[in-house]
Amino acid sequence: MSDLKELTELTLASARDGLRNKDFTAVELTEAHITAVEEARVLNCFVKETPDKALEMAKASDERIAKGEARDLDGLPIGMKDLFCTDGIETTAGSHILEGFVPQYESTVSQNLWNDGAVLLGKLNLDEFAMGSSNETSFFGNVINPWRRAGDDTPLVPGGSSGGSSSSVAARIALAATGTDTGGSIRQPAAFTGIVGMKPTYGRCSRWGVVAFASSLDQAGPMARTVRDVAIMLKSMASFDPKDSTSVDCAVPDYEKALTGDIKGLKIGIPKEYRVDGMPTEIEKLWQQGIEWLHAAGAKTVDVSLPHTKYALPAYYIVAPAEASSNLARYDGVKFGLREEGDDIQAMYENTRGSGFGAEVKRRVLIGTYVLSAGYYDAYYLKAQQVRTCIAENFRKVFTECDAILTPTTPSAAFGAGEKDNDPLSMYLNDVFTVTGNLAGLPGISIPSGLSSEGLPLGLQVLGKPFDEEQVLRIAGVIEDAAGFDARPQNWWSAK
Amino acid sequence: MSVDKDTVRRIAHLARIAIKEEELEPMTGELNTILAWVEQLDEVDTDGVPPMTSVVEATLRQRADEVTDGGYADRVTKNASNRNDGFFAVPKVME
Amino acid sequence: MSEEKSNLIKGNTGDWEVVIGLEIHAQVSSNSKLFSGAATQFGAEPNSQVSLVDAAMPGMLPVINQYCVEQAVKTGLGLGAKINRVSVFDRKNYFYPDLPQGYQISQFKQPIVGEGEVIVDLADGTSVIVGIERLHLEQDAGKSIHDLHPKQSLVDLNRSGIALMEIVSRPDLRSSEQAGAYMRKVRTIVRYLGTCDGNMEQGSMRADVNVSVRKPGDELGTRCEMKNINSIRFIQQSIEYEARRQIEVIENGGVIEQQTRLFDSKNGETRPMRSKEEAHDYRYFPDPDLLPLALDEAWIDDLKAKLPELPDDKKARYISDFGLSPYDASVLVSERERADFFEAVASGRDAKLSANWVTGSLFAALKKEGVSIHDSKVSASDLGELIDLISDQTISGRIAKDVFELMFESGRPPREIVEEQGLTQVTDTGAIESEIDKIIAANPDKVEQVKEKPRMMGWFVGQVMQATGGKANPQVVNEILQKKLGH
Repeated sequence: MSDLKELTELTLASARDGLRNKDFTAVELTEAHITAVEEARVLNCFVKETPDKALEMAKASDERIAKGEARDLDGLPIGMKDLFCTDGIETTAGSHILEGFVPQYESTVSQNLWNDGAVLLGKLNLDEFAMGSSNETSFFGNVINPWRRAGDDTPLVPGGSSGGSSSSVAARIALAATGTDTGGSIRQPAAFTGIVGMKPTYGRCSRWGVVAFASSLDQAGPMARTVRDVAIMLKSMASFDPKDSTSVDCAVPDYEKALTGDIKGLKIGIPKEYRVDGMPTEIEKLWQQGIEWLHAAGAKTVDVSLPHTKYALPAYYIVAPAEASSNLARYDGVKFGLREEGDDIQAMYENTRGSGFGAEVKRRVLIGTYVLSAGYYDAYYLKAQQVRTCIAENFRKVFTECDAILTPTTPSAAFGAGEKDNDPLSMYLNDVFTVTGNLAGLPGISIPSGLSSEGLPLGLQVLGKPFDEEQVLRIAGVIEDAAGFDARPQNWWSAK
Repeated sequence: MSVDKDTVRRIAHLARIAIKEEELEPMTGELNTILAWVEQLDEVDTDGVPPMTSVVEATLRQRADEVTDGGYADRVTKNASNRNDGFFAVPKVME
Repeated sequence: MSEEKSNLIKGNTGDWEVVIGLEIHAQVSSNSKLFSGAATQFGAEPNSQVSLVDAAMPGMLPVINQYCVEQAVKTGLGLGAKINRVSVFDRKNYFYPDLPQGYQISQFKQPIVGEGEVIVDLADGTSVIVGIERLHLEQDAGKSIHDLHPKQSLVDLNRSGIALMEIVSRPDLRSSEQAGAYMRKVRTIVRYLGTCDGNMEQGSMRADVNVSVRKPGDELGTRCEMKNINSIRFIQQSIEYEARRQIEVIENGGVIEQQTRLFDSKNGETRPMRSKEEAHDYRYFPDPDLLPLALDEAWIDDLKAKLPELPDDKKARYISDFGLSPYDASVLVSERERADFFEAVASGRDAKLSANWVTGSLFAALKKEGVSIHDSKVSASDLGELIDLISDQTISGRIAKDVFELMFESGRPPREIVEEQGLTQVTDTGAIESEIDKIIAANPDKVEQVKEKPRMMGWFVGQVMQATGGKANPQVVNEILQKKLGH
């Protein structure tokens, strides 16, 4: 291959096919990406680059490919959100408190990917403990969106919390990346960067070895530039894991085969409650456009009602912080990570956690501690879990009327860094369309479907029935084809 | 319900997070904004609605009683900032 | 009524009643931990029986041990308690260095076992019924060692995550003696069931003791909780000290503060725990890493059908079928091994005689040597054989005592001892008669006396036994003496 640069332009699927055809080697493909990673450091996508490890893995892939023993993802360089614990490689969750932590184990999801031959480019930046929607809470600095508004150099956020993942895939420095989605942390950044991101059904991908944020909501999923690439990644990431009590023992299908393009006769629900006040007309128009694409492909749309939608976000901001306040109690300076000494054990705890956690994490841990505390549990936590039952029930009922649901992914396009710094609430509203899928445990995908008036990508979301990722992917594939989204960020970041 | 500075101080101690005195005021304001916002849940009639315990419609899987793990004290303590003779070491605790 | 009165404690202002409830922590005798595959053996090198889950490494998740669930259900059945078909695991949140997660997985609102009751027999032959409020499964914490280093506490997580059954009694106990007897009874039950080894020195069984005092008939007083006491003697001592202390505080015009206290076994006193001074707010909520635990009714029924005979049933059977006294029956059933031993001895033999030998000579000897029945050199079959030797008149009861002592020392079978030492009983009438004749001839004065005082006959029996080395069949001796000297 003469021009390595072109290798980063490939999709995951075409790179896979090229490797099998021996058009280029895994080492060449990996070197091209390592160079791209190095040139894109201004985006701050990676907390840790692992080029040596990548080349070593690529060499092993080349050997297998040469012997005709190629595995599903052999030789394909990807990025790993730094929430997945990687054996012998520092894992930080974007937090000062975990700086220097070197896991002695490998998460199930990342192990699945390595077993299939994928190549690790490095650990991707993220909001601290995955708490954020703009990747501005990472201890290791903001991630920058490769996209810019037309005629405007203002740095934009890549969405969050999987901001390093979205940015790296959009900037074509990784073929694909892993993400995790607790309230929208895969789908929202995918929408902000013009890529595809999927949150599978809760229980589809193992949570073992993934640093926990909110255990009942966290779910790992793939991010890539096409629906097909996402399907390929998901097949590898998903598995039943006996080490995770919430992992569901359900066969993992070949998702790529689900992409038939045939959605004739499917009924797609259009939930009226998602037409929120003050929704920009361009989002409204995009949604309408999506409905028309589905009609054109032979699907029907039906108006459905999810009456508790309005309460999803407030319920989420009780449940998720409550779980987080408990999940993050283990960061106490004793077993791993940061330790700030103090006069006694309590001072040591308070100093360690006071300087180890950033502002957003502290805010959420305090909210979570408060809503679980004596006298407030029923009013907040119990109430939120009851509302959650209502939300799940809404979906159960609606899915007797339709096969899947179409909504916008976000209420806006990417915004500027620092724009929502002083207003946690308006930041939280980013997740208004995605969070319902987490509360009900449903699979959801964001597909880049158009551009805003400022020339920024916008996404449509498809939500499906539990463990019906195939249907969700099939519909997403149809939208992808119809949208023909081929816009891409202009490369302003490469340090040549 | 809203919280005052003393409550935030108490909660911060419960969560073992050192908060500087000057951080209390803004933190109190932020928490109150969030709490006021989540309280819109009060509008929902949840009488007789069971709280969700899991979105997964399954019951707890059980494993066999076999010793399959452990035996690697070095791996367990490797990341500890203060170790002593195979133990984790912390400032002395008075019982 | 009179029973209750005897438990009252005299104070300066009158009688006081002490009210006691116990939270017993019984370690499930499992190979691996409640939520991880690490081993549970006692006394291993620090942190060598710790999995990444037990050390609370980021992203590690709990998976429940089926055996532990089964033992909790069996114990619940053994306590005559309700088994809950669905139970939930909650997180109890607090910071402590030996609690690596920052929370303990326990059961709060929906425990695996609900209400039950235990009948506790007391030394005076009466019994009390103690209500069981619940039994739940939870993780043990690790161990902080405070005295190995001048400035540091050292943490060993080997115990972290070991399965405990917490058995919570109602405040139905009214004296330290009752509390001790209750603890013993629960230990007996779990040992019968094999669900916990009951080994208190190794910490397999501990109790948190809640004590309050009140004037009889008054509302419950404020209680203090003494944590983690691992001997029955200490439980009793702590109750006695604590009740006295509380009475003194109140009688001196003070108020009892609800407190967690530490029992110091060195001086037999209790004092407030410094680490527990601040009020706790455990923020219980269902552990989102675990789903509700659902139990199958048929499975529970099957466990119930396979339960071993429990001490209360066994005792009733010993009384009704074997005619044993309630006391002997209680003593025998107090440990499963004792009961098994007794039944092996009694099999095909006179049950009462067997019970006498087991509870009498054997238990006395074991107690004297400080040996458990498990380590007894006298096997059940040998003791049975000894009883057979008495029954078929091969040896006398008196000789049997000597033989038993030799058996207890050497572990040799009785027949061997009897044969080797020539202890076989003399039943030859002629031989005995000639000995008797010699004694009569040599003691004419005594012959005269016995005519007046029939009780003198015992002297003659003694002389005959002495002359025959104790081997003469006492029945034959008596018959001949009666014939020759009687009226």
